[in-house]
Amino acid sequence: MSTAAYKSLTIDQVLVGDQLPPLTHEVTATSVILGALASRDWRPMHHDRDFAQQRNGTRDIFMNTPNQAAWLERFITDWTGPRARIGRYKFRMGDAICPGDTMVFSGTVEGVETDEHACSWVNLSIQLAVDGQVKTRFTARVALPTDADDNPWARTGSRWQP
Amino acid sequence: MSVEQDFTVGLQEARSWLDLERHKVVSEFDVEQGYIWTACAAVQNGNPIYWDDQLAQELTGGPTAPLTLLSAWFRPHYWMPGRDTIPLPWQTHFDLKEVLALPEAVATDSEVVFGEPIRPGDRIRCSETLRSLSEVKTTKLGKGRFWVIDAVCRNQDDTWVGTETMTGFGYRKAQG
Repeated sequence: MSTAAYKSLTIDQVLVGDQLPPLTHEVTATSVILGALASRDWRPMHHDRDFAQQRNGTRDIFMNTPNQAAWLERFITDWTGPRARIGRYKFRMGDAICPGDTMVFSGTVEGVETDEHACSWVNLSIQLAVDGQVKTRFTARVALPTDADDNPWARTGSRWQP
Repeated sequence: MSVEQDFTVGLQEARSWLDLERHKVVSEFDVEQGYIWTACAAVQNGNPIYWDDQLAQELTGGPTAPLTLLSAWFRPHYWMPGRDTIPLPWQTHFDLKEVLALPEAVATDSEVVFGEPIRPGDRIRCSETLRSLSEVKTTKLGKGRFWVIDAVCRNQDDTWVGTETMTGFGYRKAQG
């Protein structure tokens, strides 16, 4: 299908303080292992419960970093649609996320700006929580189309300043 | 002063690594569509730029890989014939632990910045650079040093596709 068939957020539709629609996922062993293997992370604490408990002291196998990042990307682009382009993200991880946890992503628009090349950006503050306890804190900078004709993916070289 | 008390062990060597490119790695395989779909399926990512070829062409000039899959492209195979040891991602992190005689280390923060999209058929290469090494710090984990390492990734055309920055803390455990 062509671009017009998909809804995409434009910068004029976003205000500082806006909340992103939350994303909830019941974490299973499959969530953890599939995500680890998809990101080519073969370390045993992400697929071997005995190893994770005995060597890492965790409750169970736990979600690896790139898997959390992949969930973050999905959380952001579920909100923005396909024309948005993530420029950067930063995170600090706390406790492990294990099978049986219900993880909830929530986020807030902290800033809206336009750079010197007329690229529009939103700055996001995002939390990944389990049972109300924040496990990972993220910030992200995401380019949104200025209007229906703009396409952040078309920016290359010096016109892309993430 | 015992080695356990001396936090200058290996410091001169570690400082000599600052701003030098180290551990250059070339991916063992080309970026491929099957991995892209597996990665999307793992997190139920339905973003149509990864599933709809026409849309991908219109928006990005062709198929691309999920941005957050960046590190996957230079992770080594779990096994391959003739290789006895698996190279580690963030090898500089482990080198610092060893040379500074800091037996424990954790990654505290991570930041990723994305450049040109990565596409099926690309061959990604990456090099690590130690950006900073702190003075001795004491945290609840123990006493040690923080360091910041960049992993800069480029494609086969030498076009920058992304940089991962990791902050680590190597330490000796707090007593008692």
